Amino acid sequence: MANTGSSSPELPATPEVGLPLWLLAELTYRCPLQCPYCSNPLDFAAQGQELSTAQWFKVMAEAREMGAAQIGFSGGEPLVRQDLAELIGEARRLGYYTNLITSGISLTEARIAEFKKAGLDHIQISFQASDEQVNNLLAGSKKAFAQKLEMARAVKAHGYPMVLNFVTHRHNIDKIDRIIELCIALEADFVELATCQFYGWAHLNRLGLLPTRAQLERAERITNQYRDKLKAEGNPCKLIFVTPDYYEERPKACMNGWGSLFLTITPDGTALPCHGARQLPVQFPNVRDHDLRHIWYDSFGFNRFRGYQWMPEPCRSCDEKEKDFGGCRCQAFMLTGDASNADPVCAKSADHGIILKAREEAETAQLAIEEMTFRNERNSRVIARG
Amino acid sequence: MSFDRKQVPNWRPGYRFQYEPAQKGHVLLYPEGMIKLNESAALIGGLIDGQRDVAAIIAELARQFPDVPEVADDIEQFMEVARGEHWIVLA
Repeated sequence: MANTGSSSPELPATPEVGLPLWLLAELTYRCPLQCPYCSNPLDFAAQGQELSTAQWFKVMAEAREMGAAQIGFSGGEPLVRQDLAELIGEARRLGYYTNLITSGISLTEARIAEFKKAGLDHIQISFQASDEQVNNLLAGSKKAFAQKLEMARAVKAHGYPMVLNFVTHRHNIDKIDRIIELCIALEADFVELATCQFYGWAHLNRLGLLPTRAQLERAERITNQYRDKLKAEGNPCKLIFVTPDYYEERPKACMNGWGSLFLTITPDGTALPCHGARQLPVQFPNVRDHDLRHIWYDSFGFNRFRGYQWMPEPCRSCDEKEKDFGGCRCQAFMLTGDASNADPVCAKSADHGIILKAREEAETAQLAIEEMTFRNERNSRVIARG
Repeated sequence: MSFDRKQVPNWRPGYRFQYEPAQKGHVLLYPEGMIKLNESAALIGGLIDGQRDVAAIIAELARQFPDVPEVADDIEQFMEVARGEHWIVLA
Protein backbone atom coordinates (compact mmCIF):
# COMPACT_ATOMS: atom_id res chain seq x y z
CA MET A 1 0.00 0.00 0.00
CA ALA A 2 1.33 3.42 -0.94
CA ASN A 3 2.30 5.63 1.94
CA THR A 4 0.39 8.79 1.12
CA GLY A 5 0.01 10.65 4.38
CA SER A 6 3.48 10.68 5.90
CA SER A 7 6.56 12.65 4.98
CA SER A 8 8.70 11.60 7.93
CA PRO A 9 9.75 7.96 7.90
CA GLU A 10 9.54 7.35 11.66
CA LEU A 11 5.79 8.07 11.87
CA PRO A 12 3.18 5.49 10.86
CA ALA A 13 1.22 6.31 7.72
CA THR A 14 -2.11 8.04 8.08
CA PRO A 15 -4.58 5.15 8.13
CA GLU A 16 -7.30 4.95 5.52
CA VAL A 17 -10.30 7.04 6.58
CA GLY A 18 -13.01 4.86 8.18
CA LEU A 19 -16.74 4.99 7.48
CA PRO A 20 -18.92 7.36 9.51
CA LEU A 21 -20.89 4.48 11.03
CA TRP A 22 -22.41 6.61 13.78
CA LEU A 23 -24.43 9.74 13.10
CA LEU A 24 -25.36 11.86 16.11
CA ALA A 25 -28.15 14.26 15.18
CA GLU A 26 -28.29 16.99 17.78
CA LEU A 27 -31.67 18.33 16.75
CA THR A 28 -31.89 21.27 19.13
CA TYR A 29 -30.24 22.92 22.10
CA ARG A 30 -33.66 23.66 23.60
CA CYS A 31 -34.27 21.69 26.77
CA PRO A 32 -36.69 21.90 29.70
CA LEU A 33 -33.96 20.71 32.11
CA GLN A 34 -30.90 22.51 33.43
CA CYS A 35 -28.45 19.72 34.27
CA PRO A 36 -25.18 21.17 35.55
CA TYR A 37 -23.16 18.45 33.75
CA CYS A 38 -24.65 18.97 30.30
CA SER A 39 -22.17 18.33 27.48
CA ASN A 40 -23.67 21.06 25.28
CA PRO A 41 -21.40 24.03 24.61
CA LEU A 42 -21.48 26.74 27.28
CA ASP A 43 -22.54 29.33 24.71
CA PHE A 44 -25.36 27.20 23.23
CA ALA A 45 -27.73 30.17 23.51
CA ALA A 46 -25.59 32.07 20.98
CA GLN A 47 -25.69 29.36 18.28
CA GLY A 48 -27.41 29.69 14.94
CA GLN A 49 -30.80 28.68 13.62
CA GLU A 50 -31.89 25.03 13.72
CA LEU A 51 -31.85 22.93 10.55
CA SER A 52 -35.22 22.37 8.89
CA THR A 53 -36.89 18.99 8.39
CA ALA A 54 -35.78 18.95 4.75
CA GLN A 55 -32.19 19.74 5.68
CA TRP A 56 -32.13 16.87 8.18
CA PHE A 57 -33.58 14.53 5.52
CA LYS A 58 -30.68 15.43 3.24
CA VAL A 59 -28.09 14.94 5.99
CA MET A 60 -29.54 11.54 6.91
CA ALA A 61 -29.65 10.35 3.31
CA GLU A 62 -26.05 11.42 2.60
CA ALA A 63 -24.67 9.84 5.78
CA ARG A 64 -26.57 6.60 5.16
CA GLU A 65 -25.16 6.46 1.65
CA MET A 66 -21.68 6.77 3.18
CA GLY A 67 -22.28 3.85 5.55
CA ALA A 68 -23.85 5.33 8.68
CA ALA A 69 -25.91 2.56 10.34
CA GLN A 70 -26.72 4.01 13.75
CA ILE A 71 -28.44 7.34 14.22
CA GLY A 72 -28.95 9.01 17.57
CA PHE A 73 -31.54 11.75 17.94
CA SER A 74 -30.24 13.90 20.71
CA GLY A 75 -30.02 17.51 21.84
CA GLY A 76 -30.88 19.43 23.99
CA GLU A 77 -34.13 17.63 24.31
CA PRO A 78 -35.07 16.15 20.90
CA LEU A 79 -38.74 15.84 21.96
CA VAL A 80 -39.19 19.59 21.56
CA ARG A 81 -38.80 19.18 17.78
CA GLN A 82 -42.33 19.00 16.37
CA ASP A 83 -41.08 17.00 13.38
CA LEU A 84 -39.40 14.28 15.45
CA ALA A 85 -41.74 11.46 14.33
CA GLU A 86 -41.20 12.52 10.72
CA LEU A 87 -37.41 12.45 11.16
CA ILE A 88 -37.57 9.03 12.83
CA GLY A 89 -39.75 7.69 10.03
CA GLU A 90 -37.37 8.87 7.33
CA ALA A 91 -34.32 7.53 9.19
CA ARG A 92 -35.92 4.11 9.54
CA ARG A 93 -36.95 4.11 5.88
CA LEU A 94 -33.31 4.76 4.97
CA GLY A 95 -32.30 1.69 6.99
CA TYR A 96 -30.84 3.27 10.10
CA TYR A 97 -31.08 1.75 13.54
CA THR A 98 -32.84 4.64 15.23
CA ASN A 99 -32.04 5.71 18.80
CA LEU A 100 -33.89 8.41 20.71
CA ILE A 101 -31.84 9.87 23.54
CA THR A 102 -34.14 11.76 25.86
CA SER A 103 -34.68 12.92 29.41
CA GLY A 104 -38.24 11.60 29.10
CA ILE A 105 -39.64 14.95 30.22
CA SER A 106 -42.59 15.87 27.99
CA LEU A 107 -42.71 12.30 26.66
CA THR A 108 -46.22 10.83 26.62
CA GLU A 109 -47.60 7.37 25.91
CA ALA A 110 -49.20 8.73 22.76
CA ARG A 111 -45.82 9.91 21.46
CA ILE A 112 -44.16 6.63 22.44
CA ALA A 113 -46.77 4.84 20.32
CA GLU A 114 -46.41 7.37 17.49
CA PHE A 115 -42.64 6.89 17.39
CA LYS A 116 -43.04 3.11 17.39
CA LYS A 117 -45.29 3.40 14.38
CA ALA A 118 -42.73 5.64 12.69
CA GLY A 119 -40.14 2.88 13.18
CA LEU A 120 -38.18 3.95 16.23
CA ASP A 121 -35.91 1.11 17.38
CA HIS A 122 -34.87 2.25 20.83
CA ILE A 123 -35.47 4.88 23.50
CA GLN A 124 -32.83 5.78 26.03
CA ILE A 125 -34.05 7.67 29.08
CA SER A 126 -31.53 9.51 31.20
CA PHE A 127 -31.88 9.76 34.95
CA GLN A 128 -29.98 12.00 37.29
CA ALA A 129 -30.08 9.72 40.36
CA SER A 130 -32.22 7.00 41.91
CA ASP A 131 -33.35 9.34 44.63
CA GLU A 132 -36.28 11.56 43.80
CA GLN A 133 -35.00 14.58 45.64
CA VAL A 134 -31.49 14.54 44.18
CA ASN A 135 -32.89 13.88 40.75
CA ASN A 136 -35.23 16.84 40.93
CA LEU A 137 -32.57 19.16 42.30
CA LEU A 138 -30.20 18.26 39.49
CA ALA A 139 -32.75 18.43 36.75
CA GLY A 140 -34.24 21.65 38.06
CA SER A 141 -37.78 20.23 37.92
CA LYS A 142 -40.04 18.96 40.67
CA LYS A 143 -42.02 16.47 38.63
CA ALA A 144 -39.05 15.08 36.71
CA PHE A 145 -38.51 11.82 38.53
CA ALA A 146 -42.08 10.49 38.71
CA GLN A 147 -42.51 11.33 35.02
CA LYS A 148 -39.33 9.46 34.09
CA LEU A 149 -40.39 6.35 35.98
CA GLU A 150 -43.76 6.34 34.32
CA MET A 151 -42.23 6.77 30.88
CA ALA A 152 -39.62 4.09 31.50
CA ARG A 153 -42.45 1.65 32.22
CA ALA A 154 -44.35 2.78 29.13
CA VAL A 155 -41.29 2.37 26.90
CA LYS A 156 -40.96 -1.24 27.98
CA ALA A 157 -44.71 -1.85 27.65
CA HIS A 158 -44.57 -0.71 24.01
CA GLY A 159 -41.95 -3.35 23.22
CA TYR A 160 -38.84 -1.20 22.92
CA PRO A 161 -35.54 -2.37 24.30
CA MET A 162 -34.77 -0.09 27.19
CA VAL A 163 -31.50 1.61 27.93
CA LEU A 164 -31.38 3.65 31.11
CA ASN A 165 -28.62 6.16 31.49
CA PHE A 166 -27.62 7.37 34.91
CA VAL A 167 -25.10 10.16 35.01
CA THR A 168 -23.21 9.61 38.23
CA HIS A 169 -21.11 12.10 40.18
CA ARG A 170 -19.99 12.78 43.74
CA HIS A 171 -23.53 13.57 44.95
CA ASN A 172 -25.20 10.34 43.80
CA ILE A 173 -22.51 7.71 43.14
CA ASP A 174 -22.74 6.39 46.71
CA LYS A 175 -26.30 5.30 45.93
CA ILE A 176 -25.23 3.12 43.03
CA ASP A 177 -26.80 0.02 44.61
CA ARG A 178 -30.19 1.76 44.65
CA ILE A 179 -29.70 2.97 41.10
CA ILE A 180 -28.99 -0.56 39.90
CA GLU A 181 -31.90 -2.03 41.88
CA LEU A 182 -34.23 0.51 40.28
CA CYS A 183 -33.00 -0.37 36.77
CA ILE A 184 -33.49 -4.08 37.39
CA ALA A 185 -36.99 -3.43 38.71
CA LEU A 186 -37.77 -1.45 35.54
CA GLU A 187 -36.47 -4.40 33.44
CA ALA A 188 -33.85 -2.32 31.67
CA ASP A 189 -31.94 -4.18 28.96
CA PHE A 190 -28.88 -1.98 29.28
CA VAL A 191 -27.88 0.35 32.08
CA GLU A 192 -25.23 2.97 31.52
CA LEU A 193 -23.69 4.08 34.78
CA ALA A 194 -21.75 6.95 33.34
CA THR A 195 -19.61 9.02 35.63
CA CYS A 196 -19.85 12.43 34.11
CA GLN A 197 -17.14 13.44 31.70
CA PHE A 198 -15.72 16.90 32.14
CA TYR A 199 -16.79 18.81 29.08
CA GLY A 200 -19.14 21.74 28.63
CA TRP A 201 -21.09 22.51 31.78
CA ALA A 202 -19.59 19.58 33.66
CA HIS A 203 -16.12 21.08 33.27
CA LEU A 204 -17.40 24.35 34.69
CA ASN A 205 -18.89 22.48 37.66
CA ARG A 206 -16.11 19.95 38.16
CA LEU A 207 -15.68 20.64 41.87
CA GLY A 208 -19.30 19.73 42.50
CA LEU A 209 -19.19 16.61 40.31
CA LEU A 210 -15.89 14.70 40.32
CA PRO A 211 -16.13 11.82 42.79
CA THR A 212 -13.20 10.83 44.98
CA ARG A 213 -11.16 7.78 44.09
CA ALA A 214 -12.64 5.93 47.06
CA GLN A 215 -16.19 6.71 45.89
CA LEU A 216 -15.38 5.50 42.41
CA GLU A 217 -13.72 2.27 43.52
CA ARG A 218 -16.63 1.45 45.79
CA ALA A 219 -19.14 2.06 42.99
CA GLU A 220 -17.21 -0.14 40.58
CA ARG A 221 -16.95 -2.90 43.16
CA ILE A 222 -20.70 -2.83 43.79
CA THR A 223 -21.41 -2.79 40.06
CA ASN A 224 -19.26 -5.90 39.63
CA GLN A 225 -21.16 -7.67 42.41
CA TYR A 226 -24.43 -6.94 40.63
CA ARG A 227 -22.95 -8.15 37.33
CA ASP A 228 -22.13 -11.50 38.92
CA LYS A 229 -25.59 -11.70 40.46
CA LEU A 230 -27.38 -10.89 37.17
CA LYS A 231 -25.28 -13.42 35.31
CA ALA A 232 -26.00 -16.14 37.85
CA GLU A 233 -29.73 -15.43 37.47
CA GLY A 234 -29.55 -15.49 33.66
CA ASN A 235 -30.83 -11.91 33.62
CA PRO A 236 -29.93 -10.27 30.27
CA CYS A 237 -29.65 -6.81 31.87
CA LYS A 238 -26.19 -5.45 31.05
CA LEU A 239 -24.45 -2.94 33.29
CA ILE A 240 -22.07 -0.58 31.54
CA PHE A 241 -19.80 1.34 33.92
CA VAL A 242 -18.09 4.42 32.52
CA THR A 243 -15.28 5.79 34.67
CA PRO A 244 -14.16 9.41 34.48
CA ASP A 245 -10.78 9.48 32.80
CA TYR A 246 -9.48 11.77 35.55
CA TYR A 247 -8.49 8.62 37.45
CA GLU A 248 -6.59 7.02 34.58
CA GLU A 249 -2.87 7.15 33.80
CA ARG A 250 -3.39 6.75 30.05
CA PRO A 251 -5.91 8.69 27.98
CA LYS A 252 -8.97 7.22 26.31
CA ALA A 253 -8.88 6.53 22.57
CA CYS A 254 -11.33 9.36 22.15
CA MET A 255 -13.99 8.72 19.46
CA ASN A 256 -11.82 5.81 18.31
CA GLY A 257 -9.66 8.44 16.64
CA TRP A 258 -10.47 11.80 15.11
CA GLY A 259 -12.91 11.53 12.21
CA SER A 260 -12.73 7.74 12.15
CA LEU A 261 -16.31 6.57 12.75
CA PHE A 262 -18.27 9.25 14.57
CA LEU A 263 -20.07 12.19 12.98
CA THR A 264 -22.02 14.80 14.93
CA ILE A 265 -24.31 17.34 13.32
CA THR A 266 -25.21 20.17 15.69
CA PRO A 267 -28.60 21.96 15.67
CA ASP A 268 -27.38 24.68 13.29
CA GLY A 269 -25.78 22.22 10.86
CA THR A 270 -22.16 22.42 11.96
CA ALA A 271 -20.48 19.05 11.41
CA LEU A 272 -18.11 17.85 14.14
CA PRO A 273 -15.94 14.75 14.70
CA CYS A 274 -17.34 14.62 18.25
CA HIS A 275 -20.00 16.51 20.15
CA GLY A 276 -17.44 18.43 22.21
CA ALA A 277 -15.30 19.70 19.33
CA ARG A 278 -17.15 22.94 18.73
CA GLN A 279 -15.08 24.71 21.37
CA LEU A 280 -11.82 24.02 19.52
CA PRO A 281 -10.15 26.82 17.54
CA VAL A 282 -10.68 24.80 14.36
CA GLN A 283 -12.91 25.76 11.43
CA PHE A 284 -15.66 23.16 11.08
CA PRO A 285 -17.82 22.82 7.99
CA ASN A 286 -21.60 23.24 7.88
CA VAL A 287 -24.05 20.97 6.05
CA ARG A 288 -25.72 24.08 4.62
CA ASP A 289 -22.56 24.77 2.61
CA HIS A 290 -21.17 21.32 1.76
CA ASP A 291 -22.30 17.74 1.25
CA LEU A 292 -21.22 15.19 3.82
CA ARG A 293 -18.79 13.42 1.52
CA HIS A 294 -16.74 16.58 1.25
CA ILE A 295 -17.12 17.25 4.97
CA TRP A 296 -16.02 13.77 6.06
CA TYR A 297 -13.23 13.13 3.59
CA ASP A 298 -11.92 16.51 2.46
CA SER A 299 -12.71 19.27 4.95
CA PHE A 300 -9.95 20.86 6.96
CA GLY A 301 -11.74 20.31 10.28
CA PHE A 302 -12.19 16.55 9.85
CA ASN A 303 -8.59 16.06 8.72
CA ARG A 304 -7.04 18.31 11.34
CA PHE A 305 -6.13 15.51 13.78
CA ARG A 306 -6.25 12.43 11.57
CA GLY A 307 -3.11 10.32 11.44
CA TYR A 308 0.01 11.22 13.43
CA GLN A 309 1.71 14.14 11.67
CA TRP A 310 0.12 16.75 13.91
CA MET A 311 1.46 15.24 17.12
CA PRO A 312 4.10 16.98 19.19
CA GLU A 313 6.07 15.17 21.92
CA PRO A 314 5.50 13.14 24.05
CA CYS A 315 2.92 11.59 21.69
CA ARG A 316 5.06 11.78 18.56
CA SER A 317 7.60 9.21 19.66
CA CYS A 318 5.25 7.31 21.97
CA ASP A 319 4.73 3.64 21.18
CA GLU A 320 1.08 3.84 22.34
CA LYS A 321 -0.04 6.56 19.91
CA GLU A 322 -1.72 4.08 17.58
CA LYS A 323 -3.74 2.78 20.52
CA ASP A 324 -5.01 6.02 22.10
CA PHE A 325 -4.25 8.72 19.46
CA GLY A 326 -2.91 10.98 22.20
CA GLY A 327 -6.31 11.02 23.93
CA CYS A 328 -8.96 13.68 23.66
CA ARG A 329 -8.32 16.87 21.66
CA CYS A 330 -11.02 18.78 23.53
CA GLN A 331 -9.59 17.86 26.91
CA ALA A 332 -6.09 18.84 25.75
CA PHE A 333 -7.46 22.19 24.62
CA MET A 334 -9.58 22.87 27.71
CA LEU A 335 -6.81 22.02 30.15
CA THR A 336 -3.62 23.12 28.35
CA GLY A 337 -4.84 25.70 25.83
CA ASP A 338 -3.41 23.74 22.88
CA ALA A 339 -5.54 21.04 21.21
CA SER A 340 -2.42 19.33 19.76
CA ASN A 341 -0.94 18.57 23.16
CA ALA A 342 -1.11 15.17 24.78
CA ASP A 343 -4.30 14.73 26.78
CA PRO A 344 -3.20 15.65 30.35
CA VAL A 345 -4.82 12.44 31.61
CA CYS A 346 -1.68 10.74 30.30
CA ALA A 347 1.00 10.40 32.98
CA LYS A 348 3.56 11.17 30.24
CA SER A 349 2.03 14.61 29.66
CA ALA A 350 3.93 17.60 31.04
CA ASP A 351 0.52 18.88 32.19
CA HIS A 352 -0.54 15.75 34.08
CA GLY A 353 -0.27 17.81 37.28
CA ILE A 354 -3.59 19.45 36.36
CA ILE A 355 -5.30 16.08 36.67
CA LEU A 356 -3.46 15.22 39.89
CA LYS A 357 -4.60 18.55 41.34
CA ALA A 358 -8.22 17.89 40.33
CA ARG A 359 -8.08 14.50 42.10
CA GLU A 360 -6.66 16.19 45.18
CA GLU A 361 -9.39 18.84 45.12
CA ALA A 362 -12.04 16.12 44.89
CA GLU A 363 -10.92 14.86 48.31
CA THR A 364 -11.98 18.09 50.02
CA ALA A 365 -14.44 19.78 47.61
CA GLN A 366 -17.53 21.25 49.26
CA LEU A 367 -19.54 22.52 46.28
CA ALA A 368 -23.18 21.58 46.90
CA ILE A 369 -25.64 20.79 44.13
CA GLU A 370 -27.48 24.09 44.46
CA GLU A 371 -24.20 26.01 44.21
CA MET A 372 -23.36 24.73 40.73
CA THR A 373 -23.92 26.72 37.56
CA PHE A 374 -27.05 25.28 35.98
CA ARG A 375 -27.29 24.85 32.25
CA ASN A 376 -29.89 27.40 31.16
CA GLU A 377 -30.32 30.25 28.71
CA ARG A 378 -29.53 32.96 31.21
CA ASN A 379 -26.25 31.41 32.33
CA SER A 380 -25.36 30.59 28.74
CA ARG A 381 -25.84 34.20 27.63
CA VAL A 382 -23.69 35.48 30.47
CA ILE A 383 -20.96 33.00 29.49
CA ALA A 384 -21.24 33.78 25.78
CA ARG A 385 -20.76 37.47 26.50
CA GLY A 386 -17.66 36.54 28.50
CA MET B 1 -25.73 -31.96 26.97
CA SER B 2 -27.42 -32.33 23.61
CA PHE B 3 -28.93 -29.37 21.87
CA ASP B 4 -32.70 -29.34 21.41
CA ARG B 5 -33.21 -28.70 17.71
CA LYS B 6 -36.93 -28.17 18.12
CA GLN B 7 -36.26 -24.72 19.58
CA VAL B 8 -37.20 -21.73 17.45
CA PRO B 9 -34.71 -18.87 17.50
CA ASN B 10 -35.71 -15.27 17.08
CA TRP B 11 -33.78 -12.04 17.44
CA ARG B 12 -34.08 -10.43 20.83
CA PRO B 13 -36.55 -7.52 20.73
CA GLY B 14 -34.69 -4.42 19.54
CA TYR B 15 -32.06 -6.43 17.67
CA ARG B 16 -31.99 -6.17 13.90
CA PHE B 17 -30.11 -8.23 11.34
CA GLN B 18 -29.45 -6.48 8.04
CA TYR B 19 -27.11 -6.15 5.09
CA GLU B 20 -24.89 -3.06 5.01
CA PRO B 21 -23.75 -2.23 1.47
CA ALA B 22 -21.00 0.13 2.67
CA GLN B 23 -19.50 -2.66 4.80
CA LYS B 24 -20.23 -5.33 2.19
CA GLY B 25 -21.59 -7.61 4.87
CA HIS B 26 -24.32 -8.40 7.35
CA VAL B 27 -24.49 -6.78 10.75
CA LEU B 28 -26.54 -7.15 13.89
CA LEU B 29 -27.77 -3.79 15.13
CA TYR B 30 -28.92 -3.12 18.68
CA PRO B 31 -29.23 -0.09 20.96
CA GLU B 32 -26.21 2.07 20.16
CA GLY B 33 -24.20 -0.88 18.94
CA MET B 34 -23.35 -3.05 15.96
CA ILE B 35 -21.67 -6.40 15.41
CA LYS B 36 -20.28 -7.29 12.02
CA LEU B 37 -21.07 -10.92 11.29
CA ASN B 38 -18.78 -13.27 9.42
CA GLU B 39 -20.02 -15.10 6.36
CA SER B 40 -21.29 -18.25 8.06
CA ALA B 41 -22.97 -16.31 10.88
CA ALA B 42 -24.66 -14.17 8.23
CA LEU B 43 -25.98 -17.28 6.45
CA ILE B 44 -27.43 -18.62 9.68
CA GLY B 45 -28.74 -15.20 10.72
CA GLY B 46 -30.55 -14.84 7.40
CA LEU B 47 -32.66 -17.88 8.28
CA ILE B 48 -33.68 -16.72 11.75
CA ASP B 49 -37.27 -15.54 11.37
CA GLY B 50 -39.11 -16.68 14.48
CA GLN B 51 -40.73 -19.49 12.40
CA ARG B 52 -38.00 -21.97 11.52
CA ASP B 53 -36.70 -24.18 14.28
CA VAL B 54 -33.01 -25.05 14.53
CA ALA B 55 -33.59 -28.36 12.73
CA ALA B 56 -35.10 -26.51 9.76
CA ILE B 57 -32.16 -24.10 9.62
CA ILE B 58 -29.75 -27.03 9.67
CA ALA B 59 -31.70 -28.80 6.92
CA GLU B 60 -31.72 -25.68 4.75
CA LEU B 61 -27.99 -25.00 5.04
CA ALA B 62 -27.13 -28.70 4.68
CA ARG B 63 -29.02 -28.64 1.40
CA GLN B 64 -27.12 -25.53 0.23
CA PHE B 65 -23.74 -26.88 1.36
CA PRO B 66 -23.81 -30.67 0.91
CA ASP B 67 -19.99 -30.84 0.99
CA VAL B 68 -19.66 -29.29 4.45
CA PRO B 69 -20.25 -32.01 7.07
CA GLU B 70 -19.85 -29.71 10.09
CA VAL B 71 -22.86 -27.51 9.19
CA ALA B 72 -25.02 -28.83 12.04
CA ASP B 73 -22.27 -28.37 14.61
CA ASP B 74 -21.57 -24.84 13.40
CA ILE B 75 -25.24 -23.89 13.66
CA GLU B 76 -25.65 -25.33 17.14
CA GLN B 77 -22.53 -23.50 18.22
CA PHE B 78 -23.81 -20.24 16.78
CA MET B 79 -27.10 -20.67 18.65
CA GLU B 80 -25.29 -21.30 21.94
CA VAL B 81 -23.09 -18.22 21.53
CA ALA B 82 -25.93 -16.00 20.33
CA ARG B 83 -28.10 -17.06 23.24
CA GLY B 84 -25.23 -16.53 25.69
CA GLU B 85 -24.73 -13.03 24.32
CA HIS B 86 -28.50 -12.46 24.47
CA TRP B 87 -28.69 -11.68 20.74
CA ILE B 88 -31.43 -14.26 20.26
CA VAL B 89 -34.12 -15.89 22.30
CA LEU B 90 -34.88 -19.58 21.83
CA ALA B 91 -38.51 -20.49 22.27
